[in-house]
Amino acid sequence: MTVAIIGVLVVVIVVILVRRRSRTGRAPQIAAPRAAMPKLLVTEVDNRPTLASLSTKLGASRGVFDRLRSLSGAPNREVLSVVEEILLRSDVGVALTSEILESLSDSHADESVLEHVRTALLQNLNRDRSVKTSSRAEHVPVWLFVGVNGVGKTTTIGKLAQQQRNAGRSVVLAAGDTFRAAAADQLAQWAERTGSDIVRASEGADPGSVVHDAIGRAFARKFDLVLADTAGRRANSSNLLDELAKVRRIADRSPGEVVETFLVLDATTGQNALTQAKEFLASAGVTGIVLTKLDGTARGGIVVAIERELGIPVKFIGVGEGVDDLLVFEPEAFVDSLLGA
Amino acid sequence: MFDALSDRLEKISSGLRSRGRLSDADLDAALGEVRQALLEADVELSVTSAFIAAVRERLQGEALSQSLSPGQQVIKAVHEQLVEVLGGEALKVTYASKPPTVILLAGLQGAGKTTTAAKLANWFKQQGRHPYLIAADLQRPAAVEQLRVLGRSIGVDVYSDSSNPVDVAKKGLKEATRIGRDVVIIDTAGRLSIDQELMNEVKKISKVTEPDYTFLVIDSVTGQDAVHTAKAFHDTLALSGIIVTKLDYDARGGAVLSARGVVGRPVVFAATGEKITDFDLFYPDRMASRILGMGDVLTLIEQAERNVDPDVAAAQASRMMSGEFTLDDFMTQLNQVRKMGSLGGLMKMMPGMSKEMRTAANNVDDGQLNKIEAIIQSMTVRERQNPVIIDGSRRTRIARGSGSSVTAVNQLLNQFTQMKKMMKQMGGGAMPQVPGMGKLSGAVARAQMARGAEVPAGLEALSAGMQAGQRANPPAGGRNNKKKKGGRVTPPKQR
Repeated sequence: MTVAIIGVLVVVIVVILVRRRSRTGRAPQIAAPRAAMPKLLVTEVDNRPTLASLSTKLGASRGVFDRLRSLSGAPNREVLSVVEEILLRSDVGVALTSEILESLSDSHADESVLEHVRTALLQNLNRDRSVKTSSRAEHVPVWLFVGVNGVGKTTTIGKLAQQQRNAGRSVVLAAGDTFRAAAADQLAQWAERTGSDIVRASEGADPGSVVHDAIGRAFARKFDLVLADTAGRRANSSNLLDELAKVRRIADRSPGEVVETFLVLDATTGQNALTQAKEFLASAGVTGIVLTKLDGTARGGIVVAIERELGIPVKFIGVGEGVDDLLVFEPEAFVDSLLGA
Repeated sequence: MFDALSDRLEKISSGLRSRGRLSDADLDAALGEVRQALLEADVELSVTSAFIAAVRERLQGEALSQSLSPGQQVIKAVHEQLVEVLGGEALKVTYASKPPTVILLAGLQGAGKTTTAAKLANWFKQQGRHPYLIAADLQRPAAVEQLRVLGRSIGVDVYSDSSNPVDVAKKGLKEATRIGRDVVIIDTAGRLSIDQELMNEVKKISKVTEPDYTFLVIDSVTGQDAVHTAKAFHDTLALSGIIVTKLDYDARGGAVLSARGVVGRPVVFAATGEKITDFDLFYPDRMASRILGMGDVLTLIEQAERNVDPDVAAAQASRMMSGEFTLDDFMTQLNQVRKMGSLGGLMKMMPGMSKEMRTAANNVDDGQLNKIEAIIQSMTVRERQNPVIIDGSRRTRIARGSGSSVTAVNQLLNQFTQMKKMMKQMGGGAMPQVPGMGKLSGAVARAQMARGAEVPAGLEALSAGMQAGQRANPPAGGRNNKKKKGGRVTPPKQR
């Protein structure tokens, strides 16, 4: 197959170049006929509908929602489309949404539509969410943080460091993001704020060595936990992912032991989150998700699909910029917020 | 994980085929698939609905063209509509008659504003301007420092102090005027669209600096929330355009369409990588293809031009078509292709590739290419010129020399022979007369010509040819697969 693929590429490239060369002068620009297209596709972005607002959505009296609540058996098309809208707008994804809709239209159970959707979503959120803070004897437990650029890895580490400090543990932060300008400075400010130790190196240094040094320091001085930052990276570059795998191997080398690898995920992320989770799972052995930026309008529904398909549980959620705004994930509360009930 | 729209439409296109006019039922079925594809590409729901309605209007009653299948015609309409919406009237940056031209960047946290500010400054610098950066993000720890470092790397000064964002912007602007800079870019703190306090702050900054352009920086991996963000910022700031970032991710980037749909302002720039120079004007046609998962011929062409010597290519093309293609030529081309990037990435850009081809390409790693290279280099010059002479004992020697197995050598030779045969068939005389090639070159020419509205017709024929070749030789394929499984050290990539 490899040769065939190269063959295709080679042929295409050659053809492209030969065509280019033999072309003399620029072909005239042909103006495409323009169909009338509104400048604004959508002028009013309605607030995301909630099951609670179904009554107004359906243009009927308040009683409709109560009826819907008690409605059992196969719901009508209108109800289905509202449920679809709610789920899609929460970034749950097309696949899971259609599945839930199907089960909903087949359902003859004695439960309300709301209950049915709620149960269907919760069924996918059934993994173990415990967080490991201890390692084998004579080892230093390490939490590794991975994710794409701009999801809030460094901030998350700061917040978790504070929580661990509050719980009475001593913490070393490893400034493993040696790529982004001033990332280590950002982490250093968190170290100061939370009373943690920090190990950092200059920009462009090897992230593995920073993590290694941090573990060595934690081991020698009997710290309880190492939180290791990594540079944000896109999940479709094998080089970057290999580098991450290497950092993880180093962090897992005695006396270090990676007890948790958190994928930090931005709640505004759409369907690409699933790809990200897949890639980071393969290269860094992700054990849990931290869903950040849930305090905005985004709902982060894609984590339901991720937990279902990849079995990675959400362990923390970020709901604000304050140090205490990182909470333990609770499925019921999350699903309720998705459904707006 | 996503089916390209064309794959989707193919599934139902048996029902669409051979009619003079798209019936309502067919249109419903096709547009249903389009809707799914858009939603999977993260286009917001209401934007999707509005878009589908527009496409429906466009297609309704339109007579089917002779040269396109109904499925293709739907794709073409969708693509054209996308280009139209994404492109619209392009925004041309005109410089303020009384410098400096002020540009304000706003957006959510983590969208990439700070990096974009530096990239934009660099872009203006390349246009012969003298940009100046103002770091008004005093919120995120070390954001100012980040911009300073970036500014140093591109040789652009950065203004900041620790007072408050509004004052920083005001003073920075004054400073820029004093030292005679003609473009000022203001980086602001990331904020949530629903945080009224911060939105008021950015509004104040906008008021005191009176920016000529206000850009919303939006992340291409954003999901349904893109509309809320865009709307909130537009209501507060009256945006003049959108900058999309992180296009090097493999997200479809439907968020761009969502944002464009509610703001009604053009997308102006696109950031396509981590490096400062990975920043360019936005090309609507590329984005349209991307949202639909259709490949990106233009980028492929650009990469080819950057890395491949046209003279060498022309010489090789003629040898290819006449069947004189040697293993040496193959090596040269292998290296050229490698320079252009990962095989998986390149294949993704090519339209009309089947899923299997893409998956296979994704799974080819550098190690495998090195192996091929080693095998070929272990051959003598004569063997490379004329592989037919490679007999059993030569095979053993080559295998030993390259540290591989005789099976691997056999495989390579078999596949090379097949490839050569195919090339000759495709050549068959003058290139453009062969249907497959004609189609391809047509697509390329059109894409180059219009940078635009035409759908690349695809390389289906070529791809089909390749696959037929594969199927025709099952033993080789079978061994290949088996070997891949056994010999792999890293887990196979799942995409």
